[in-house]
Formats: sequence, structure tokens, C-alpha cells
Amino acid sequence: MTRHTRRQLRLGLLFISPWIVGFVTFGLYPIAMALYYSFNDYDVLRDPVWVGTLNYRDMFTDDVFWKALWNTLVYAVFSVPLGLVLSLLVAVLLNREIVGRSVFRTLFYIPAIVPLVAVGMVWLWMFNGDLGLVNYLLGLVGIEGPQWFADASWTKPMLVLSSMWQIGGSMVLCLAALQDVPRSLYESADLDGAGPAAQFWNVTVPMVSPVLYFNLIIGIIGAIQEFVKPFVMLPDGGPDRSGYLFAVYIYESAFRYNNMGYACAMAVVLFFMIVVLTWMANRMVSSRVYYAAE
Amino acid sequence: MIQSVRFVLLVAGSAVFVLPLLWMFSTALKPLDQTMTLPPQWLPVQWTSNALHDADDENDGQTVGLTSADYDRAETRGQNEVTVSVAYQWRAEIDGRDVPVRVPRFEPGADGRVEVFHKVHWESTSKGLPVRVLEDLAALDPGDDVRVYVMEPDGMQYPATVLRSDLTLVDDVTDDAVDRSYSVERTARVEPDALTQRDVPWDDRQRLAHVLTEERTVPLASLSSTVDARWNNFGDAIDEMRFFPLYLRNTLVLCLLTVIGTTVSSSLVAYGFARIQWPGRDKVFLIVLATMMIPFPVVMVPLYGLFRWFGWIGSLRPLWVPTFFAAAFNVFLLRQFFRTIPNELSESARIDGCSEFRIFWQIVLPLAKPAVTVVALFQFLATWNDFLGPLIYLTDQRDFTLALGLQFFQTLQGGTLWNLLMAASSLIVIPVIVLFFLTQRTFIEGVSMTGLKG
Repeated sequence: MTRHTRRQLRLGLLFISPWIVGFVTFGLYPIAMALYYSFNDYDVLRDPVWVGTLNYRDMFTDDVFWKALWNTLVYAVFSVPLGLVLSLLVAVLLNREIVGRSVFRTLFYIPAIVPLVAVGMVWLWMFNGDLGLVNYLLGLVGIEGPQWFADASWTKPMLVLSSMWQIGGSMVLCLAALQDVPRSLYESADLDGAGPAAQFWNVTVPMVSPVLYFNLIIGIIGAIQEFVKPFVMLPDGGPDRSGYLFAVYIYESAFRYNNMGYACAMAVVLFFMIVVLTWMANRMVSSRVYYAAE
Repeated sequence: MIQSVRFVLLVAGSAVFVLPLLWMFSTALKPLDQTMTLPPQWLPVQWTSNALHDADDENDGQTVGLTSADYDRAETRGQNEVTVSVAYQWRAEIDGRDVPVRVPRFEPGADGRVEVFHKVHWESTSKGLPVRVLEDLAALDPGDDVRVYVMEPDGMQYPATVLRSDLTLVDDVTDDAVDRSYSVERTARVEPDALTQRDVPWDDRQRLAHVLTEERTVPLASLSSTVDARWNNFGDAIDEMRFFPLYLRNTLVLCLLTVIGTTVSSSLVAYGFARIQWPGRDKVFLIVLATMMIPFPVVMVPLYGLFRWFGWIGSLRPLWVPTFFAAAFNVFLLRQFFRTIPNELSESARIDGCSEFRIFWQIVLPLAKPAVTVVALFQFLATWNDFLGPLIYLTDQRDFTLALGLQFFQTLQGGTLWNLLMAASSLIVIPVIVLFFLTQRTFIEGVSMTGLKG
């Protein structure tokens, strides 16, 4: 190493030193400790007691754990692809010049920045079984709306539906990607006699696939950790804990039942769930993601 | 053709997206009884009947309780009359003041007078606060000490001793008195014809003392409705949340600190990754990117333990100190931007003997203003919206942020006062929407920047 590179190294490390300190203190250390605590009986007040794999074995016989896991999977499997499709659809509609385009874009985007607690409050009111606007509107088209909060089979659909409200972020990303698709591709597709549907599948989707892929991964990570909305809307998980999501169970194990070791073990499971789902999504779609030559 | 289909779809879609927000604002401006009407009504209205004239009433009508649905039903059935609710008080002159009273029985007693009750409370003149008196005042002289509980506006109380002469009697004209522990009922006897009945506005029936309601039948033609937004709901929601000013202050303090923390630290770190060549740099940057994937639930418990060990639980520190150590996402965003700034600028400065920090501070950072603004904006929103962090680390209600305070308010009042709950929600949502409109362009560009560009 020459004197110059040594100097550069020192300088570089100096500039990134805030991150190094933060990474070690608020990243590495907590991850290592979460792993360690997951093998302990721990309640913050007393020193952790080593219990081996007990926390992990407990999970197998814990009905609530399986329920929360199932709920979260169902929630992710429906909300992520639906959100993806919807955001692409809106972006496609917004892509070409149209009267009032920026107004539409704003209207679709705004819900995404509404504080999640307020989002929970708004949907609590919208989905109210007797007085809610949702059931009233359903009634107008002759459907008798369910008691969303009291019926175990409707809590998860409610969470999925309300999550559709906040596709603004991924919609804007799709829109930005669509704007970058060269006009010439559509023109030559036109010449080849491809209709709108064929153009959509063979030009649009491949060209924005990197952004769709990015949104998919971000969506999975977000859905598995979904906390605020279910916590606000279904504080005890709803009837039969049908809307009890994994992150809520982890939070309550740790801070309500003071079972921090168990919470950490579940957090480790959550982490692997994210890794596995991301890997699966990766396997399924990554070969179809098209990256334009740089 | 395709164009108009697209337009219709966009109109319908965006209507669905705005509907919940509009419904929130609409509910926030209604009196409670109008939040529960079926079918739902969009505009808060006020029904007035000019058939209910009081002799001494100079205004041209009396506001009444009636749902628009009931009015429409009566109208379609061709009825001439409809039943409405009206609110009124009995009032009497006591000690020279006209006050609302409760009248259990209208028959005069042996002395030819009627027994009535009115609500009063004692106030300490020197403190300017209501007090709960613990002793029998009748037996005391003006110079004697009296043991009392002083009631603070936020509901707290503390014991104190004041002079008897310091205490004054105050009439409870408004009926917050229902849940005032320090109010007492006083008995008085009045001449029967000194009692007067006075109608009160229907909306004020819960705010005023000793209000009675009854149903009356009025001609349909005497009724008229006006749109009347209840802006008071916002004030009431703030009062009901009790510590709203503190929530707001805490949230703003946190927003300020986290914005400063993250812009300063993240731009420094991003500079180290974008503008300085050092061995291993790009490998380390991969680690930075990887940390974005760490789910918060994983680090939640150990972080709590760590902050507890620091003695920070119950303070705002766990919520802002970490932002001074650079957030991966912001570093990524700023690095992408720094890389687009031409290298010649820093090279020539370097030749002039400029230190690396001065190049960062005086050349690169001013050029990166758009990106720094985006980071600041995102951090402001993240802090304003954060719920889980405050939920875990804050213990005293006075330290709560707005987001946590809203949820606390909802659980406390049990989810029935929909108008106040929606008013409180609006108070948290409106600043965010205003901020968005002020910075719309920066904002959308910023979101696009978070994608895969660069």
C-alpha cells in the first residue's frame, strides 16, 4: 500500500465513521444479541438464562405462532401481487398525456404519505360494520357487506384491501420506468402489427421489469413486517385472532408478556421467512427481468 | 375512444382513492349524531324550525335534532308534520344571577317555593384554578386555612392549603361539569314563577348544564336546513387528547433533530463512498445496502435492552440519537447524486490545497441541495409518521408523539366519538398533505430517485 492509498483509506474511513459506529451499535450488535437472546429466557429485567433451543421448540406447539405465521403469509401472498398489479395498471393509465394527468397522479399518490396510524383510524371508520361507508357503497350495488371486524373470515381481506390504498410509492416508480421506455419500441411493435395487449406484454412489462422486481422485493419485506395497521385496527387480533400478524405477535411477546427471548426467536424466524420468500421470488422472476444494456 | 376509457378509469380510480380522506374530513366536521345517520350524509347540516318561537327570542328559529333521512321520508310520504327533538333548560335567578337549574319537582313546598339545584365549584382566586374543598366551609372564618386539592387543567391535582377568603364560588354554566370531580350541587329555593324555560341550540345540548330534551311535532314547512361545519370538533379533539400541545412539540422536536442528524451524517458518509477512492470501498458499500434489509422486529428487543442500559427509555433520545449515525437508505440516495457531480470541481480545489472536508462542505454539498432536500423531506415524514418506535421507547404520556397520542386517544375513548377521532386524525394528516403540496415536485422526483437509477 502506497502512502497515497493509505492516506485515502484513512480519509475514506473518517468520512464513513458515523456509519461504522452506527452499524456496529444499532445494526451488528442488536442482530448478534437477537440471535443470542433467542436461545435464552430473557425479560430485560434479569440476566438472560441459557435455555438452548427451547424457544424454537416452543414455537412448534404454540397455536398463536402458527396462526400469526399463516395470517402473515396469506396477507403477503395477496397484498403484494395485487398491489404490484394495481400500481402498474395505474401507472400505465397515467403514462400517456391526458387532461389533468398531474392531478390524477397526485390523488393516487397522496394516501401513501398519510401517517399509518391515521390510515388505521380511517379504515376503522370506513369498514365499520353498521355505519361504515364501505358497507353502504356495497349496499348500493346490492351486496350485503360483512361485519368486517367481527367476522373471522373477513379480517384478512379487510387488511389486504386497505393496503391497496398505499400503492402510491410503487406507482410513481413504475411511472418513472414507463417514461424511460423508448417510443421507438412501440412504433416498431406497431409496424409489426402488435395490438395494445401484445404491446403491453411484450414491450411494456419487460421494459419495466426491473422496477417491478424491485417493488416485489420491497413489497415482500414490508408485508412480512406489517405492524401499525393491524395493531391499530385489530388490537387483539380480531375474532379468533384471524387478523393477528406476525410482527404484532413479536411485539406483544416482547413488550406485553415480557417474553423477550421468545420474541427474539420469532424475529429470527421472521428474518428467515423474508430471506426464503425473497429467494423464491428471485428464483421465479429474476430470469425474466430484463436489464437494458448499459 | 381509448382516450376516453382511460379518462373514465382514472376519474373512477382516483375518486376511490380520495374517498377515505374526504370521508375523514367530512366526519371530522359533523356533530356526533350526524356521523351515525343511514344513509350516510356527506355534508354536516343544521336543521332549524321557525315554528318554535320563544316570546323573548329575537332570532328567527330554533335549531332542532332531525336527520335528513327522516325529513326526506316525511316529505315523500306527503306528511305535513314531522317529529323533531329540541333541547331546553330551566333557569332561575339565584343570588342575582340567571343560572341553569335542575328541577326535580315543580310543586311548591310549604313555603310556596320550589327546590332547585345548580352546579357550582370553588376556585382559588390567587391560583386562578378550581379546587376541591376538603373541609366544611360553613364553620370557617375568612382568615382560616382550608385544605383543598388544586385541579390542574391537564387533570392532575395536588393538595394545598389556602385562606378561606381566597375561595370564590363559581357557577358551572357549561356542562363539562358532568365529569368534573370538583363540581358540587347547591340547593336553592325559588318562587315558582321565577322559573323560566329557555330553548338552547341543539348542538349545545351536551355542552351546557342541566339540558333536557323532548320531542315536538312541527310543520314540515317550518323546517329549513343549512350546511354547517362544526369547526369546534378540532378544538374539542385537542381538548380530549389532553396533551396535544405536548405531542405536537415532541413530534416537532424529533422531526428537527432527526432531519439535522440524518442530513449531516448521511451526506458525510455518502461523500466517503462517492467521492473518495479507497481500497475496499465498494465492498463496504454492499454491506450498507444489505443493512437496508434488516427487519426492525429483529433488532427491536436488543435495541430496547441497549437503550435501557443507557437509561434512555422514557426519553426521546432513542428516537433521534441513532439518526446521527447515518441511515443506509439516505446514504444510498445521496451517493447516487454525489456521483453525478463532475470530478473536475473537486480536483481543481484539491490542487488549490483545499482540505477534503472543505471540498465536501463548500463545493459538493451546495451542489447536492436537491438530494439533501429530498432526504430531509423523507426523514421529516418518517419521523412524523413513526409509530412503533415511540410505542416501544416512550412511557410517559407527556412524551408521546402525535402518532402515538392519536392511537392512545382512540383506545381511551373506545372508538365511539367518530367525529372527534376523525378530527384528531385530520390534524395529523393535514400538515403532511400541505407539506406534500408545497414540495410536490421535489417529492415525486425524490421517490423516482429511490428506484434503480444509477
